[in-house]
Amino acid sequence: MKSKTLFDKIWDSHVVRSIEDGPDVLYIDRHYIHEVTSPQAFNGLKERGIPVFRPGKTIATADHNIPTKNQHLPILDELSRNQVERLSENCRKYGIELFGLNHPKNGIVHVIGPELGYTLPGMIIVCGDSHTSTHGAFGTIAFGIGTSEVEMVLAAQCVLQPKPKKMRITLDGELHKGVTSKDIIMYIISEISASGATGYFVEYCGSAIRSLSMEGRMTICNMSIEMGARGGLIAPDETTFDYLKKIQAIPGIDDLKSSINEWKKLRSDTDAVFDRDLKFDAGLIKPMITYGTNPGMGMAIDDSIPLSDENGNNASSSFLKSLDYMGFKPGMKLLGHPVDFVFLGSCTNGRIEDFRAFAQVIKGRKKAENITALIVPGSKKVEEQLAAEGLTELYKSAGFEVRQPGCSSCLAMNEDKIPRGKYAVSTSNRNFEGRQGPGSRTLLASPLTAAAAAITGRITDPRDFINENQKVKK
Amino acid sequence: MPKVKFDILESTCVPLPYENVDTDQIIPARFLSATSRQGFGDNLFRDWRYAKTGEKNNEFILNNPDFSGKILVAGKNFGSGSSREHAVWAIFDYGFKAVVSSFFADIFMNNALNNGLLPIVISDDLLKKLTTLVQNNPNTKVKIDLEKQTFTILSTGDSVKFAINPYKKECLLKGLDDIDFLLSIKSLITGFENNKSLTK
Repeated sequence: MKSKTLFDKIWDSHVVRSIEDGPDVLYIDRHYIHEVTSPQAFNGLKERGIPVFRPGKTIATADHNIPTKNQHLPILDELSRNQVERLSENCRKYGIELFGLNHPKNGIVHVIGPELGYTLPGMIIVCGDSHTSTHGAFGTIAFGIGTSEVEMVLAAQCVLQPKPKKMRITLDGELHKGVTSKDIIMYIISEISASGATGYFVEYCGSAIRSLSMEGRMTICNMSIEMGARGGLIAPDETTFDYLKKIQAIPGIDDLKSSINEWKKLRSDTDAVFDRDLKFDAGLIKPMITYGTNPGMGMAIDDSIPLSDENGNNASSSFLKSLDYMGFKPGMKLLGHPVDFVFLGSCTNGRIEDFRAFAQVIKGRKKAENITALIVPGSKKVEEQLAAEGLTELYKSAGFEVRQPGCSSCLAMNEDKIPRGKYAVSTSNRNFEGRQGPGSRTLLASPLTAAAAAITGRITDPRDFINENQKVKK
Repeated sequence: MPKVKFDILESTCVPLPYENVDTDQIIPARFLSATSRQGFGDNLFRDWRYAKTGEKNNEFILNNPDFSGKILVAGKNFGSGSSREHAVWAIFDYGFKAVVSSFFADIFMNNALNNGLLPIVISDDLLKKLTTLVQNNPNTKVKIDLEKQTFTILSTGDSVKFAINPYKKECLLKGLDDIDFLLSIKSLITGFENNKSLTK
């Protein structure tokens, strides 16, 4: 039999039908929906007068536009309130399980999916959100779709997709202290650019990837889309199974042991061929920060902004337009540059390990006076865990207020906006113009780097704060 | 999904020669709270089209009365970032029927095809040439023939074949819809479910 990649194995086993010269009809195991990209899909069903085909395979949450304060009160913004209400109505009407606002299991879709055991190895998972790639950390094919495709899944539990090419990214070597999974993925994106993996699905391999926790792996897979890849996945291993064993009850799984035995087979054949093969050395990675307006414009925190873009095109209007927006100049160093806001949270870095890492830096210190901090857990469960571990108190005594869960300032659909011209060191995934509010200037970084900036009020190398012997989150 | 047919389009173009134009620029997140597909064109490229005071930014191409047309000539890696289909709805609602670039982000490409907005990939060189032609002469016309898959700059006679998935081409030519297709193979889908020991 022809050897196959893990991606091929999962994809091929989900093809209901191949259309000649066309896309494949792919069966979807799990469909996550949220308030922003689903209403038009439900409208479509209504117009056609058809039901949801498999309501038990869709899970809903409200996360994108909800406030992170006073969630028990009605949402002030009328349009946002309407969207959240529409989601509730649609879920009620079509029999879809909803972890909505104020539900004890509410949270960001890509945080609660894994947390509640809905994301499992070998599945195909889709959601009307590009960061669906997050779930690839479990050895699943997971990718973002548009609203027309959300409607397809609701109507027929399938989407039509052309099969992407396959890329393998191998990361071997030892990570240095203060270097986290966020830095790994930001480093890879800075090396291959924001469109370097467009048309591909990535498999991440190598000892440095294996050494990561599940949460670290989710951060890596989450940002696959930021280099243009539809998604990224990591073959499941003991780390994956240990994570799943800790979940109280996994929906649909009665005998976890035998499932794990099946999942152990989920790996690329040793002689499987990838369309593109890239290798990186973990030892070369330093804490990263972005300086421009796409995630490919990143560098080591102690580096200088390049003099030209990746094509050596220094007069490129796009490159200079981007630096101009940020208020930076080619060749400039960013260390010591004043910062106004710090955002800890999002589907990239809103999990308990991220909050522990941040806490490690701020412990016994005080937030800088010039910093406004937005500290937003990814889910109710993370919020509870913070309280249980005494971290809510620790944050408070350092001058930080922990908000209620949601997507918050990552895309600033709610009121958590960064004002025009202000700089935010953000643990989220996109530094696009205006992403965190009109005119906002985003500097993407890890939770450690965000914490260091929150303490000093400036762009600061997090390694200055980390004791050699301390164990840090990878 | 609106059923839109596409066959031949002849039009002037609007040049937007920036690389990596992401869907947050096409339609900022704060305008995503609507629950229908209509009206997003008003906020297309909102933060480039309007100054912070809310006045029109006269330097932005969409506010330049010299340029108009149904074809948006974009830069490399157009439509990256968020999967929001609102970006395609906004471009379509504004009045564009085709977007030309040397490189599109994957999800944007799918979303465009699902809404009758034709994404056309041409070479970097031809894109540069077309952009300059249009910038120098806003009356430059382009003809797109979907059936023949040809893209022609009428004033220069430059003509290239563009690629499109044959299934999607058929859908666009006939105004067909993926959901109708999926509903027509429902028994196949049910059969697949029965054969596969699926996780519930």
